[in-house]
Amino acid sequence: MRVLDIKLIRDLIRLWAQALAIGFVIAGGVATLVLAVGSARSLDETRTAYYERYRFADVFASAKRAPKSLVDRIAEIPGVAAVDARIAKLALLDIPNFREPATGQFISLPEGGQPLLNRLYIRMGRMPEPGNAEEVVISESFAKGHGFGPGARFSAILNGRKRDLAVVGIALSPEFIYAIGPGDIMPDDRRFGVIWMSEKALASAYDLEGAFSSVNLKLLRDASEREVIQRLDALLDRYGGRAAHGRKDQTSHAWLDHELDMLDNMSRTLPPIFLLVAAFLVNLTLTRLVALEREQIGLLKALGYSNIAIASHYIKFILVLVAIGVALGSAAGTSLGIYITRLFGDFFHFPFLVFVQSPGLYVTGAALSLLAAIVGAVRALRDVVTLAPAVAMQPPAPQRFRRLLPSRFAIDRMLSQPMMMALRNVARHPFRAAFTTLGMALATSILIVSLFTRDTIEQLIDVTYFMADRQDATVSFVEKRPLDVVNQMARLPGVLAAEPYREIPVRIRKGAIERRVMIAGRPRNADLSRIIDVDLRPVTPPESGLAISDMLAQILGVRAGDFVEIDLLEGPRRTVTLPIAARVEDYFGLRAFMDAEAVSRLMREAPAVNSVHLSLDANSVNALYQTVKAMPSVGGMALQRMSLMNFRESVGLLITTMGGIYTGLAAIIAFGVVYNNARISLSERARELASLRVLGFTRGEVTRILFVELAVLALIAQPPGWAIGYGLAWMMKTNLAGELMRVRLVLENFTYALASTIVLVAAVLSAIVVRRRVNRLDLVAVLKTRD
Amino acid sequence: MKERIFNAHGLTKTYASGEVEVRALRGVDLEIWAGEVVVLLGPSGSGKSTLLNIMGGLDRASGGRLFFKDLELTSLGDRDLTMYRRRHVGFVFQFYNLVPSLTAYENVALVTEISEHPMRPDEALSLVGLDARMDHFPSQLSGGEQQRVAIARAIAKRPEVLLCDEPTGALDSKTGILVIEALLRVNSQLGTTTLIITHNAGIQAVADRVLFFADGQISKIRKNETRRAAAELSW
Repeated sequence: MRVLDIKLIRDLIRLWAQALAIGFVIAGGVATLVLAVGSARSLDETRTAYYERYRFADVFASAKRAPKSLVDRIAEIPGVAAVDARIAKLALLDIPNFREPATGQFISLPEGGQPLLNRLYIRMGRMPEPGNAEEVVISESFAKGHGFGPGARFSAILNGRKRDLAVVGIALSPEFIYAIGPGDIMPDDRRFGVIWMSEKALASAYDLEGAFSSVNLKLLRDASEREVIQRLDALLDRYGGRAAHGRKDQTSHAWLDHELDMLDNMSRTLPPIFLLVAAFLVNLTLTRLVALEREQIGLLKALGYSNIAIASHYIKFILVLVAIGVALGSAAGTSLGIYITRLFGDFFHFPFLVFVQSPGLYVTGAALSLLAAIVGAVRALRDVVTLAPAVAMQPPAPQRFRRLLPSRFAIDRMLSQPMMMALRNVARHPFRAAFTTLGMALATSILIVSLFTRDTIEQLIDVTYFMADRQDATVSFVEKRPLDVVNQMARLPGVLAAEPYREIPVRIRKGAIERRVMIAGRPRNADLSRIIDVDLRPVTPPESGLAISDMLAQILGVRAGDFVEIDLLEGPRRTVTLPIAARVEDYFGLRAFMDAEAVSRLMREAPAVNSVHLSLDANSVNALYQTVKAMPSVGGMALQRMSLMNFRESVGLLITTMGGIYTGLAAIIAFGVVYNNARISLSERARELASLRVLGFTRGEVTRILFVELAVLALIAQPPGWAIGYGLAWMMKTNLAGELMRVRLVLENFTYALASTIVLVAAVLSAIVVRRRVNRLDLVAVLKTRD
Repeated sequence: MKERIFNAHGLTKTYASGEVEVRALRGVDLEIWAGEVVVLLGPSGSGKSTLLNIMGGLDRASGGRLFFKDLELTSLGDRDLTMYRRRHVGFVFQFYNLVPSLTAYENVALVTEISEHPMRPDEALSLVGLDARMDHFPSQLSGGEQQRVAIARAIAKRPEVLLCDEPTGALDSKTGILVIEALLRVNSQLGTTTLIITHNAGIQAVADRVLFFADGQISKIRKNETRRAAAELSW
C-alpha cells in the first residue's frame, strides 16, 4: 500500500467523528432523495399494476334506468373496448352495535362471477352464489372497520325495505381505493362501505330487471375520451343519465392521483432542497478541513509531490466520506422508502405493493454529493497549492485584527475578553463567518420546511371544520327532495337547527379551460355551513353570481367581477353566463356556491335539496340515528366530528409521519453541520487556545472563548434561517397545491422556536463533545514547536 | 576542479507578510561546489532561510538569476520546480515536519516512493542510527530522533544537495551533535553537497565554508582549512 494511502486511512481514523458527521450530512440529503422518489415511484407503479391487473375502467356514467339492450349500442361507440353495465345504488345500513347510520355503496355482480371491468381482488372468502339475495362481498376497509369476516351479518334498507345480509367475502377494488361516502370529505371505514351482491338480487330489490343504472367503459389505446363521453351522454340522456366522466373525475382515482401527486411533488421539492443544503454544508466543511492541512500539503510539495498527486490524495479522502454518506443515506432512504410505501399502501388498501428499485437515484445522490464535496476541497486545495511550499509550511501570517469600533466608543471595555476575541475573530473572517452562519441558517430552514405541515394542517382543520362547515351532521338524500324536508328534519329528535343544501353538477368554463364542479345552493342566512373568503371572513353568498374556490379562480384565471360560462349537467341542460362574486378559502376540491333561490331559478325548479345540514344536541343523537336509519329516502349521514377524527387519523397521520421523518433527517444534518463547525474551529485555533492554557487560563475559560463565537454565529443564523425556511415552505406549499387538496401556508411562532431550539441543542451537544477535546489540548507541544 | 552545483547572481526576494513588506534578499551572489559542507550563519531575518528556500525550489526569487548546474531555477514553473525538488533536493527543517500519522519508516517511504533510485527506507534510517525505531510514530520519538528521521527522509532519494534549515535549533547540544554527525556521515559516504543554516556558531567548525549573512546579503565568506568532526563540537 502506498504511504499516502496509509496516511489517508490513519487520518480517517483520527478524524472518525468528523468523518461520520460529514457522512451523516451527506446521508441526510441522499436519504431524502431515495426515500421520497423511491416511495413515490413504487406507489405509482403499484397503482398502475393494480389498475391493469384488475381492469380499472376509463369512463364512468350513471343513469336512472337504462335497458340492457343499450349495452350493445354503447359497445359500438368507436374507441370502446369493453362495456360493463351494472346496478349501483347507495343505501343506508343498519349494523349491530353501531349506532350511527352507515352508508353502503351497493354494486351488482354478474351471475358468472367477476365483472368485466373493475374486477375484485378477493382477500378472504368467496364470491356470492348467483341469485342469492343474502350473500354479499364487502370492501376490506369496511370489514376492518367493523371487525367483519365471512359469516358476519348486518342489514340494509334497499329501496325502503330492510334486508338481512350475510358476508361471504372480503374484497378490494381498483374503483374504490379511496372510498368516500356521500357528503364526506374523508374516507370513513366504519360509516361507508362498498357492498357487492348478485345482480339478480339487487335488480329485484330495485325493480331493475333487464336494466342497469351504472356503466363503465374500457377504451382502446388511441380512443378519444371526449368523443366517447359525448356519444355516451347522448345515448344515456333519455334514461336519466348523469354526465359521463373520465378517470380524472372518478372520486377514488382523483384522490389517489392527488395523494400520489403530492408525494411526487414532495419528492421533487424536498430532496433537492435537502441535497443542496447538505452539499453546500459538506462543501463548506471540507473547505475548512483541507485548509487545516496547509502545512502537510506544503511538506508534500517540498518533498516533490505534484499538485495532482496531492489533490488526488485529498480527493480520495473525500471519496471515502462521500461513500460513507451515500451508503448510510441509501440504506436509510431505502428502508424509510419501503416504510412509507407500506404506510401509504396500507392506507389505500392496495392488494399488493410493487417496490421499484431505482439505481439511478443512488447515482444521482452520490454524484451530487461527490461534486459538492470535491468542489469544496478543490477550492481549499487551490488556495494552498498556489502557495510556494516554503510559505505553505509556515503557519499563515498573523492576520490583521482591528478594533470593532473606534476606541472612543470603548465597547471593548464593556465586553469580556473572550467575547472580544470571538467578535474580532468574526470581524476578521467576514466571509467564513457569513458562510458558517448561512450553513446554520440552512439547518434551521430545512427544519422549518419539515415542521411547517403541522401548523398548516391545524389551520386547515380550523377553517374547514370550525369556521366553514360547522354543522354536526349532513344527511344526504338518495334523490333531490322538496324544500319542506328541511322542516321535517328540524323536527326530528335531537336536531337543534337544519339548513338546506342543494347541489347541481355543472361544467364551469372560461375560455378553453373548464372543470366539472358542483354548485352548492345555500340560503342567504345559512349559519352552519358558511362561506369563508380568502381573507378568512364569513361572507354572504352573492344573490346573483358565484362564490368559487380560490383555487378554481386561479385555474380559470378569473377574478371577482369576471364572467364564466356554466353548462348545467342536470335538469335543463343549458348553458348560462354568471359573474364571479367572491373567492372562497377552502382546501378540499373545487367548489362553487350560490344563493339557493338563484339555483332554483337557474334549474327552473321548485326549491329542492340534496342534503340537509344539521346542528345536533349531543345528548339525544341516538334517537336521531335510529330515526334516520329507518328513512328510505336517506342515502347517508356524514358526521363532522367523525370526519375530523378520520382526517387526523389518515391524512394528518401520513403528513405528520412524512414530516417527522424529514424533521429527523433535517436534525441529523443540522447536528452534523454544527458539530463540524465546532470541531474545525477547535483545530484552527488549537495552538492559540493551548497557549492560553499555558498562560494560566482554565479549561472552562478556554472553552468559553471557543464557544462564544459558535454561540454568536448560531444566534445570528436564526433570523435568516426563519426567512429561508419560510421561503422554502412557501415553495413546497405552492408545489403541493392541487385541485383536490391544498393548504394555506401557516407558520406558528412555536415552529420557528422549535426549529431554532433543535439547532441550538445541536450546538450545545457539539460543544459538550468538543469540550472533551479542549481538555486534551497538548500544552507542551505548543511550547516545543514553532511560533 | 569540482563541479559547480549552485550559481546565483543578484538574487532578491521581497515578501508581503501580513501587512508588512519585507525585503528578505537584497542581491546575493554565490557559488556552491559539489560535495561541500557550507554553513550559513547570521541573525534572524538576515535572509538565510529565504535563500535556502529559493535554492531548494520551495520559493521563487523576486529578481536575479539562480542556476542549479545548467538548470536556471529562476525560470522554472511550478511543475518543473516540483520535478527539481523530487530529483535533486533533500530538506531538513527545524521542526522536522514529519507526517504525524505515519511511522518513521513510512515517513521515509513517502519520499522513496516518488524517487528514481532511492535507497531502502530502512537503509536510510540505519544511516542515521535509527534502525531500532522504524515502527514508531513521530509522537513516540524524541526531538533528536524525529530530526534524524527527517534527515533519513531527506537523503533516502540520494539527492545531490541537502538543505538543512536550523536542523539542531530545537534540540539540546548532545542530541544536536548526533544530528550533525548524521549529516556529516551522509556527506562523506554519499558526497551530498550540504548547506546548513544555524544560529549556533559552534557548528561552523564542521564546514568547508561559512557564509555570514546580514540584512539580506552575504557580508563575509570564510573558508575553514580543516573541518572538525562532529564529536569534537560542543555548545
